[in-house]
Amino acid sequence: MDKFEKVHGVAAPMPLINIDTDMIIPKVHLKTIKRSGLGVVLFDEMRYHDDGQENEEFILNKPAYREAEILVAGDNFGCGSSREHAPWAIKDFGIKVVISTSFADIFFNNCFKNGILPIVVGAEHHAILMDDAHKGENARMTVHLEDQQITTSDGVVIDFEIDPHRKHCLLNGLDDIGLTMEKDHHIDKFEDHASQARPWV
Amino acid sequence: MSPKTLYDKIWDAHVAHEADDGTCLLYIDRHLVHEVTSPQAFEGLRMAGRKVRAPEKTIAVPDHNVPTTPDRMNGIENPESRIQVEALDKNAKDFGIHYYPVNDVRQGIVHIVGPEQGWTLPGMTVVCGDSHTATHGAFGALAHGIGTSEVEHVLATQTLIQKKSKNMKVEITGKLQPGVTAKDITLAVIGETGTAGGTGYVIEYCGEAIRDLSMEGRMTVCNMAIEGGARAGLIAPDETTFEYVKGRPHAPKGAQWEAALTWWKTLFTDEGAHFDKVITLRGEDIAPVVTWGTSPEDVLPITATVPNPEDFEGGKVDAARRSIEYMGLKAGQKLSEVEIDTVFIGSCTNGRIEDLRAAAEILKGKKIKDGIRAMVVPGSGLVRAQAEEEGLADIFKEAGFEWRLAGCSMCLAMNPDQLQPGERCAATSNRNFEGRQGRGGRTHLLSPAMAAAAAITGRLTDVREMM
Repeated sequence: MDKFEKVHGVAAPMPLINIDTDMIIPKVHLKTIKRSGLGVVLFDEMRYHDDGQENEEFILNKPAYREAEILVAGDNFGCGSSREHAPWAIKDFGIKVVISTSFADIFFNNCFKNGILPIVVGAEHHAILMDDAHKGENARMTVHLEDQQITTSDGVVIDFEIDPHRKHCLLNGLDDIGLTMEKDHHIDKFEDHASQARPWV
Repeated sequence: MSPKTLYDKIWDAHVAHEADDGTCLLYIDRHLVHEVTSPQAFEGLRMAGRKVRAPEKTIAVPDHNVPTTPDRMNGIENPESRIQVEALDKNAKDFGIHYYPVNDVRQGIVHIVGPEQGWTLPGMTVVCGDSHTATHGAFGALAHGIGTSEVEHVLATQTLIQKKSKNMKVEITGKLQPGVTAKDITLAVIGETGTAGGTGYVIEYCGEAIRDLSMEGRMTVCNMAIEGGARAGLIAPDETTFEYVKGRPHAPKGAQWEAALTWWKTLFTDEGAHFDKVITLRGEDIAPVVTWGTSPEDVLPITATVPNPEDFEGGKVDAARRSIEYMGLKAGQKLSEVEIDTVFIGSCTNGRIEDLRAAAEILKGKKIKDGIRAMVVPGSGLVRAQAEEEGLADIFKEAGFEWRLAGCSMCLAMNPDQLQPGERCAATSNRNFEGRQGRGGRTHLLSPAMAAAAAITGRLTDVREMM
């Protein structure tokens, strides 16, 4: 996985609450057996008309936001289905940071596995960032992971929290499976114990 | 020792390693796998030259993509769906995991097959690359959905990297009124908490109304814990649970059964254990409900009217406006006057035998309204066979329902069972999101009995009028 350090880019505003993973990527695109190439169908049903033409009103189709690297989204982003195709599509589109007041649990986990940084901020800071995102392509935000800071286009600095283990993995582009396999002896030990305590499992 | 919740007990019994910052390796007892969220995980294993660590604890079944029409015996027509199912066939074989192929009578929705075959047992940790894994919590198993990277992680290591969630208690006191079911309980709870109300928590459902439910009903309740945002839902195991589990193909037998039972009987929340959040509903206050919008929290009693977006606060005002427009409804419209085109009975929420019995009870000797498309998709081949044996299939067919083979079907519409734009469906499934059952499709979530009533009248209907 690529290392995540800093993003300086356009932030797109999506104030709608409860954006679910069916909206992020509808099921017709889940039939792939690959992880790549899903950016073109990100937000498919909102982004394209029934005839396949782009919906000009949709935020990521507007000239200012076509290259967005940050998404400022409404409450409870990523709810619903566990499909990792949602973060795969977001990443493939080029978005590296999603900011909201809250995320659904599975989506939140899935982001870290794919080098996407989901940031939870309070309602007050969210309003500031949403306003900034509405300013378009000349207003670029900076997200600095090491310092855990978001800087708006006019220099307002907002601190954010992140689990230290997850931060470490993102900063170093670490693969979870490799890390866990280093703890193999703990798993062996657990299995020995469990096979005595609960042999029916 | 300080008192523990049921969640605390199961969690503590499965921590293989805990780091200083509280990050744990949680050991996984059962890993359920289906064709949509697993191909990239198996591919990852191959590329890294890794094996499945515990193939004997890994169970796969194709369900999301499979057609539910009888001609599926001749192969799957859609090439992409076929490739995914064939990939699962191959992965199951190559990695030596338990497998129920499409044409096995035991095939069905993964969350129905697991309990049915006795793979799901009290006190276990159960994961699957599917958010409705919460279903298995009905057995007092800690069960939740994971993404594909985590599927790969569990395949390779039989563990998950986790931090513990907080404890939430949802108590349903007293008795349910006639016509009110497990589905109404679980929707009413989401109506109360909102779809993010459970975020960061594992919910334990308790109270007399929960205790009184069958295992099928408990699975319906836990299934939708994820719709309330919770990582998992749990119900403490009791005699109802043990009775259901006993004798299932993969349940323990003989001395192991006795040993298991001894441990399972310790799986309850201790007196005085701490919950970070508590919600209490009176069973008597729950009515048969139906959703009006495009989020499971958009739920009201069938006797209510479509709300006015202005009555909400914050971001919900715009969301409700968008929902009502998408759903083609008007504020103030009576829900019981909303005409439907289609009825779908099935899914991991309501595709079990008890659900089919409840629907058949209403349909017996009646016909569905002219012009309504109605289908029953049993949750597994065995549910289907049992329904045929009990004469339920005949009731459905005589009423005008299509009687399908097992699969996820129109719950998420990855197979050919889909809504057309604008088509309105009364569905026993779990999500009413925009486009969920087909692009432009409109979904009203309700119980199997309510779905049957709607099929007869052609509109959303209070099932109590038919009892």
